[in-house]
Order: sequence, then structure tokens, then C-alpha cells
Amino acid sequence: MTSTSFRRGIVPGVAVLAFALTACGGADAGAEEGSGSNGVSGQVAVDGSSTVFPMSDAAGELLNEENPDIQVSVSESGTGGGFEAFCAGDTDISNASRPIDEEEVAACEAEGIEYTELQVATDALTVVVHPDLAVDCLTVDQLVQLWAPDSKVANWSELDPSFPDQDIALFGPGTDSGTYDYMASEVIDPDAEEPATRQDYEASEDDNVLVQGVAGTEGATGYFGYTYYEENQEQLKALQIDGGEGCVEPSAETAQAGEYTPLARPLFVYVKNTAYNDNAAVKEYVDFYIENLSQIAEVGQFIPLSEDLYAETQSAAEGLAS
Amino acid sequence: MSIATTTAREVTQSLATGRSKEHGPAALIFLGLLWFSMFFGVVVLLVLIIDTIIEGSSRFDGALLTEYGSRVSPETTGFRAGILGSAWLMVFTALFAVPLGIAAALYLEEFANRDRWWNRLIELNLQNLAAVPSIVYGLLAVAVMALLGFDNSGTVLGGAIALALLILPVIIITTREAVRAVPREIRDGSLALGATVWQTTWRQTLPSAIPGIATGTILGLSRAIGEAAPLVVVGLAGSVRFDPEGLLSSITALPMQIFSLTSQSQEDFQTAASAAIVVLLVMILGLNGLAIFIRNKFQRTW
Repeated sequence: MTSTSFRRGIVPGVAVLAFALTACGGADAGAEEGSGSNGVSGQVAVDGSSTVFPMSDAAGELLNEENPDIQVSVSESGTGGGFEAFCAGDTDISNASRPIDEEEVAACEAEGIEYTELQVATDALTVVVHPDLAVDCLTVDQLVQLWAPDSKVANWSELDPSFPDQDIALFGPGTDSGTYDYMASEVIDPDAEEPATRQDYEASEDDNVLVQGVAGTEGATGYFGYTYYEENQEQLKALQIDGGEGCVEPSAETAQAGEYTPLARPLFVYVKNTAYNDNAAVKEYVDFYIENLSQIAEVGQFIPLSEDLYAETQSAAEGLAS
Repeated sequence: MSIATTTAREVTQSLATGRSKEHGPAALIFLGLLWFSMFFGVVVLLVLIIDTIIEGSSRFDGALLTEYGSRVSPETTGFRAGILGSAWLMVFTALFAVPLGIAAALYLEEFANRDRWWNRLIELNLQNLAAVPSIVYGLLAVAVMALLGFDNSGTVLGGAIALALLILPVIIITTREAVRAVPREIRDGSLALGATVWQTTWRQTLPSAIPGIATGTILGLSRAIGEAAPLVVVGLAGSVRFDPEGLLSSITALPMQIFSLTSQSQEDFQTAASAAIVVLLVMILGLNGLAIFIRNKFQRTW
């Protein structure tokens, strides 16, 4: 009996607590409806790569500090999913961790969507290994040999006799990811009709899972964006990459200077021209984004563009206005 | 559940007091296995919850509930957009699903002729729908939104349609159970006094079944509030920094924000996500608690 009455007592208590918590969220709604904005308001719909998501999200946040009336919603359905919505005319801006491909160009053309490509940051695709592994540098050929679609490499010593006799455990992003696309089409075989890597690896769309996997498995290797290595440096070892001119470590400097090839990759946003010209909010957002690019890249934890590339992006953005 | 628990209790009691006819080692081993299975499930769940609470413990503060997500200062990032989005979603999900669900259940239980093949087909489909993976309802909602002529389905309307479709079978099935539990005599009495079938259903059967219907509805909603998969498909945003303003407002939901933050590289975001998981758990437990409360408070026996 006592247990029943106890239950009857606690249950509404929990319920009330839950609703009180929910209500808290709405308590100071509209508090930051500040003045000081330049009168522009409206909505900006951004979708696309989850890699670029932190940047476009940061741009929205910083813009809202100046102008809270612009409503930016950023989704992350992946580079491919983003272009699908973008070319159907559903979004204003699409994030991409690779350039738009031919099929997507055709889809955009079919719908009459004109767009402008803006490079917003550089990422260094980082090949990491378990920290205890006695391998420090891979040539691009070895990397290709390891990840090629028909690869049977299962032991580090097969790549190079000087490497330890240790089984390899592979971790990598899933096939929907722009990171996977980049590895397959830019590193492994630029001429392949259907770019791919080998498929017998542990795949996850969540890079933190890949970090845990490589950090926890002896002989493991994997690849993902630089920021995930940067945040987990004590658990992982990044391999230097030899693209023909000696071993180069992944870092902001080497990626910016163009030395970390071919794994330094550009990150893009694609802006719909008509949205930029017809929707003041989109114009405001894009202008702010480009103007404060290095600060946004820092907040989003990416490598800012070199001066040359930034100048290119700026002039591309100027071309948006028609 | 109830049959399993009562039987298990009887078996354990009889084993403990020694009045059982089944003293054989096989019976004891089986009982041991059952206990092990139960403990395994409960222990794993407890470890998971406690681990989440510990990880998120540094973020149980006001900012978690009242602030929008922040990348500039990850240590004070909040889930205001997600909490409000989820609240709006729940309201509209209920508005869409409850009337439709109750009406469908009443039709099937009180009016439909069970000998007709189409009614049997509907019943068969209902049972199957309850087992369809939730992501499929997201696809369905995208299709519905496209039919209605909306370009952007990542709105309150799109999300609420997905979640309403998701819990509709649950509501229909529990409502039918509740209606079925109303004794035949009440209907007969009402009909004998000259009421029509409609009047009987509206004035006698339905009011008597309300506690059961409410319980089922709330349990359905507490399932919907924790869903992320259909909302991802519908295209809800991962990040917004404004409050929902209407049916066509772009929103995010608490599970979506958690999903988005757990895949970020910064430790602070993962801590915040853990804390938000606890908030979501409290919301779900609250809804379930409300369901139990309603059931106990209004339960009738005939």
C-alpha cells in the first residue's frame, strides 16, 4: 500500500517538474529582440554537408549578434542530400565538402537554378593511426594501395617491409559522406568512373566514433577532418603524407600553403543567385559570412583561407550581385 | 506484461516458500536464467543513464534550457530552440493524431462490420503499421508535404505530420482496447432506453473509455518526443536561433539537436548533449508518469 501511495505522490511531481522545465524555455521569449539591427529581416535556409555545418552555423550565430531579426536555419543532410534540396529550389544555400558533380549540375540546370560557388575554408583530411604504431609517414602511393577498392592489404608490413608486422584495422566515413567522396575521387583514382574505396572497413558517419575506434584498436588507421584530430591529439597520431616532395604533416600552415597535397581539401558554400538578389536576408548573411570568413572559420574550427584564396572568394562573392 | 509478472511472482513465491511442485534443477536453472536476463537489461540501462548523468552533470544549469545553441561559447550552449521546437511539435502532433485516431478506433470498434473484407484489411494493416520503422513515417510525411504543395518540409507542420502518422496506430490500437473494455451492459442499457448507436457511443461508451484513451495517447506522445529519425528525413534543421512562430516556421527538435551535437568534435558540445539527454529523459518520464497518474486516478472497475 505504501509503495502505491508513494508512487502516486511522486508521479505528478515528476510530471510537473518536466513541464516546468519545458516552460522555462519560453519564459524570456523575445528578450533579445534588440534594436540596433539595420532593419533587414527574413529567413535563410541552409542545408548540406555536416562537415561545413559548424561554419555556416557559426556564421548564423555571429550574424544574429548584430542582427537578431534574420532567421537562419542550418540543416545537415550531407553534401549530396544538400544539393538535392538546393537544385529542387528548396534551400537558399548549400554547404559542400566537395565541388558539385555533373549529375547535380544537370539537376540544377533542369530546374533553372543558377548558383555561385564560394570556397569558405580549407580542411586537411587527416590520416591517423593508433598512437603506439611505429609508422610516421605514408606516401600517397601507399595510401592508395591501402584504400583502393580491390585492396587486400591486411598487415602494415605489406605496405613497406620496414613497417611493423601488425594487422591493420580500418576506420572511415560512410559512403554518403563528402569526406569519403573526396578520398575516393581525389586521392585514390581521379579518373575512375565510379570512385570508391575498399569496403571492408568499419564505417561511421559520426567522426567521434572513428576517433574512438582508431584510439582503441592497435594497428588501426582511419581518416577524417583535421578538427577531429586536433581535438583528440593525445589519443591519436597523425601520419605525415608524402605527395612526392617529402613527408608533410597535416597542419593549418601546410594546408594553407598548399604543401599538404593531395589531402588538403576545399570546403564550399553554394549560393543561389536569385536568393541572394531577391532576399535581403540571404544577401546580408552571405556578405557577413564572406566579410568575417577568418573569424567564422576559427569558431567553426577550420583552417582559414590563404590570402590568395580569400581574394578569389571575395571576388566571386562580388559577382553574385547582378 | 501483467500476465508475465504475475506468473513470475507466483513461481518465485512458490519456489521460495517451498510449496512448489517444480523443485527440479531444470526449473531452478530456468528461473536463474530469467533473473539474469532481467538484471542484464536493467544493469545496462542503469549504467547508460548514470554514465550520461555523470557526463552531463557539469551542464545542469539554466543556460542549458534558456539559451540558443552557441558555437562562439560552447560551454554555455543551450537547447532552447530544441525544447521549444519539441513542445510545439507535441502540441500539433496531438492535435492531428488524437481526433483522427479516436475517430478511426470508434469506427472500427462500434460501427464497422467485421465481416467485410476491407475492414479486416484495415485491421491487419493497423497491426502491421505499429511495427513499421519510424524513419519510414518521415518519408511518408515528406510525400504528404509535397502533395500539399509545401517546398520546405522541415517545419512545425512537416514534423508534426511525421510524428502524428507515427503514433496514429498506437492511438488507434489503445483506444480500441479502451472502448472494448467498456462492458456490453452499458451499451445495452443505453440502447434499451431508446438512444441511437451514435448517442450511445458519444454519451456512454466514449466517456467511460477516456482514461484508457488518455493513457494511450500520452504514451504515444512520449514515444514521439524522443524520435529523431523521422525528423531527420523530414529535414528539420540541426540549428536555429529563433523561436517557432507558426505552423510553417523552421524548427529543430531536442533529439535532433542532441544528434547534431554528439557528432561535433568539441568536448563541450558532447557534455551539453549528455545534459540534454537527461532533460529529454525527464520530459519522457514526466509524460509516462502523467499517463500512470491518469490511469490510476480515473480507473474504473465494473
